[in-house]
Amino acid sequence: MTTLGAVTQLLEIVCAMLAAPAFLGWVNQCRAWLQNRSAPSVLQPYYGLRKLFHKDVILAENASPLFRVAPYVVFGTMVAAAAIIPSMGTGLPLSMAADGIALVGLLATARVFLSLAAMDVGTAFGTLGARREMMVGFLAEPALLMVLFVAAMISRTTSLPLIAEGLTTRAIALYPSLAFTAVAFTMVLLAENARIPVDNPATHLELTMIHEAMLLEYSGRHLAMMEWAASLKLFNYACIGFALFIPWGTGTEAGGPEGLLLAVPVLVAKLAAAGAGLALVETLSAKLRVFRAPEFLATAFLLAVLGLLVHLLLGD
Amino acid sequence: MSFSYLNACLAMLLAWGAIGLAGMIRPKSLEFAGRTLFPLGALCGIALAVLAVISIATPVERDVLPIGLPGLPFHVRRDALASVFLALLGGASAGISIFSTGYFRKGEGALPGLLCLEYHVFLASMGLVLLADDAYAFMVAWETMALSSYFLVTTQHRIPEIRSAGFLYLLIAHVGAIAILLSFGVMQGGSWQFTFDAMRAAHLSPGWATVAFGLALFGFGAKAGLVPLHVWLPEAHPAAPSPVSALMSGVMLKTAVYGVLRVSFDLIGTPQWSWGLVALGLGLMSAFYGVIFAAVQTDMKRLLAWSSIENIGIIFTGVGLTIVFHGVGMGALAALALIATLYHCLNHAFMKSVLFLGTGAVLHATGERNLGRLGGLIHRMPWVAWLTLVGVLAIAGLPPLNGFVSEWLLLQAFLFAGDVPQTFVNMLLPVGAAVVALCTALAGYVMVKFFGVIFLGQPREATLGQAHDAGPVERLGLLWLALGCVGLGLFPVQVIEMLDIVARELLRLPPGHWGTDWWLLAPAAARHASYGPLALFGVTVIVVVLAALGVRAVYRRRVHRGPAWDCGFVRLDARMQDTAEGFGQPIRHIFEPFFEMQRELPTPFDAAPRYRVTVGDRLWTLLYLPLGVTVRWVADLVARLQQGRIATYLLYSFVTLITLLALVL
Repeated sequence: MTTLGAVTQLLEIVCAMLAAPAFLGWVNQCRAWLQNRSAPSVLQPYYGLRKLFHKDVILAENASPLFRVAPYVVFGTMVAAAAIIPSMGTGLPLSMAADGIALVGLLATARVFLSLAAMDVGTAFGTLGARREMMVGFLAEPALLMVLFVAAMISRTTSLPLIAEGLTTRAIALYPSLAFTAVAFTMVLLAENARIPVDNPATHLELTMIHEAMLLEYSGRHLAMMEWAASLKLFNYACIGFALFIPWGTGTEAGGPEGLLLAVPVLVAKLAAAGAGLALVETLSAKLRVFRAPEFLATAFLLAVLGLLVHLLLGD
Repeated sequence: MSFSYLNACLAMLLAWGAIGLAGMIRPKSLEFAGRTLFPLGALCGIALAVLAVISIATPVERDVLPIGLPGLPFHVRRDALASVFLALLGGASAGISIFSTGYFRKGEGALPGLLCLEYHVFLASMGLVLLADDAYAFMVAWETMALSSYFLVTTQHRIPEIRSAGFLYLLIAHVGAIAILLSFGVMQGGSWQFTFDAMRAAHLSPGWATVAFGLALFGFGAKAGLVPLHVWLPEAHPAAPSPVSALMSGVMLKTAVYGVLRVSFDLIGTPQWSWGLVALGLGLMSAFYGVIFAAVQTDMKRLLAWSSIENIGIIFTGVGLTIVFHGVGMGALAALALIATLYHCLNHAFMKSVLFLGTGAVLHATGERNLGRLGGLIHRMPWVAWLTLVGVLAIAGLPPLNGFVSEWLLLQAFLFAGDVPQTFVNMLLPVGAAVVALCTALAGYVMVKFFGVIFLGQPREATLGQAHDAGPVERLGLLWLALGCVGLGLFPVQVIEMLDIVARELLRLPPGHWGTDWWLLAPAAARHASYGPLALFGVTVIVVVLAALGVRAVYRRRVHRGPAWDCGFVRLDARMQDTAEGFGQPIRHIFEPFFEMQRELPTPFDAAPRYRVTVGDRLWTLLYLPLGVTVRWVADLVARLQQGRIATYLLYSFVTLITLLALVL
């Protein structure tokens, strides 16, 4: 493990934890602008977290230890996921221990714990949310894996940093397969992060909500951890997208400390663009009925598989 | 007689037999048969597992046992493949036997002594299946296994459904056994020697080899529960007592996998790559079919039975992949796929046993198998709940537990298949990877349903308040198996180095490189991909602990308990939670064409509204019922010949004799 690697690793974890709420705030701000509302500050999610950390926790009477552990587990897996995604530098020591498949596994672990916690209190909403979350998950997860597989087949490795490096060091070429998977990935990102058109983060209307339904019983510090984890998840997904599709500007081992320094503004720029794009997609699309969500995700899955077949056919 | 691992393993099997017979000394004494003999059986299991693990790296041993018919002695042989499966048998059965010590109660069907006999004969016969080295010994052991497990399934033989489930099991087991027997008949290749050595030496033409493989796949597939021969599994597993279900699902199904591996790579020796596609297709179909049906079940043991079909599907996918790679001469990838297969066999033995035993504990505590009447048991049965959670997370394929390792290996094998010379295979394999990914994700869905409905939420029935946690011995059994799941998950390099010996021996390959460090799994066949569960787990745990401590350090507010938020409704009760049917609804909705559903929906004007939905297996009506009708029709036809008049029968004999004479002369 080189010093640069260790520094990159630590920097990535800390930055992800600190910057994730800001990214969420930025998306919300863009959305408000596009919808002609007066926009909340980028820092709004931080205010929200601060507020929650200053509130009492009210636990449901029959909440089990699982319910209390879950927020930390979900948060912990999200941080661990952030540690293996090459958002700033590719020389991550920890990415040895977990490749892209393990990353998908980590995200699935978080999802399972979130759903189990939602079922723990035994309210109608909790179980409903858990069921819908798992429904979204079982289609989104294989789609994400397929997206990853295309990139992995192009670079001949499932290690995310190596995929990112492979794409940056090769001559710029058009990969038709990547075009398919990029669309699929965007759809997965929307679904997995409870964005429109699959879920609406701003609503508490029972017929439509998924993610919020699962968090209904949480309060105080537990809710804060869950919210923080959710923003980390969005941040992570964005960074996975950068690593798979636009890895240029990420620091490498060869690039040295300067590369890492340069990577920070590049990442900020990418995040700003991605956030604005996300807000645009969300504003332009309408919320789907829950029953239509599987079709949306099945499309993503098929697009990703198509991407795979295109890659094999064209051999790019 | 000098020491050999083979003899030591046989001694353990003999000990199991003796323990079984000892149960008949005082067949009515639960104290003796249940509480004394089962722990001894568990000790034999541990000893067998240890012997098997040590012996993996040792050379092949063989022996001839002076039992059997005159001129037909039992040949036995122990190689690395047998050792791996013996370790699986010993390790998983140890946990199940410990659990059984505390599980069997008075007045549950068969006498304790009889149960003890059947149980240990079942164990010993599975061991003998793995060690047999001629068709005769193999079939004797195979049939003993089928019969002893049949009697175990029908422990509560007074219930008609259980009797009919047992019958279905017996029927399919025997149809399968006939196919296996025929397969051996083909493989002897004209030498009329039924030792496995003779089969290894026989040279089959490609056509006959294909016939032999097809018969073996059919026969072993029937035992393994490969779609479309799976129908007995969802019937037999709920019928059997839970430790028996665990043993059947966790261990017995694996003997079928062993059989397929033995026949294709050892006895036939040169499998053709196209066979692999068949196994791959059947495996993928089973995996998918199993998991969607598991998602809509309402009986917890039936759900697990369908999940077994899914896992067997994944295992056969691995077998198919191995055959394809081996057939086209891609050795390193074949080894990778084989190791993924064997790893998943080991994993499934442990995790499915945990789950079945967990349902057993729940069944004892509540008397309920129906998911619609359970719930909230994590409060009353914390030990069972948390240990079952380990199994649930493992089988859902989540890191850092064991289910993920085999999934990872299998996906790597799929992913780097890109250089198969046959282009269309090249195109098909990634689609296979997509199906595997889909099935794994669906398995997560199934397991959230399984755990959430049983252990979480509010109790759906008032009687659940009296549920009690499992006893200390049962906890120990569960703990053993759960630790197995954790150990197999965290130390993949050590396990794989052992499995690699099998790959070397079976596929005749040089040793592969599997790890760069003791903690880092990095198969050379999968370029630049690595997985270090210990590091990943360590980092996650550190972050979780730091986050929890950090939050507690800065958090100055209190935690208090209150009623769950009722959203403004006045009465929030347990019936408002999702039922098992409700949780399976999205799957029913999305994969509707695969199910045969009967719905009964109330109209708005019903005075006593009733909602009913039953989900049936389409294959049952499409395949089995017509088959049954055909068999009956043929039987009727044959019955016309049988008129019960002795004069007619004499006429038949006379005509036959004349015909034969005419042929000979």
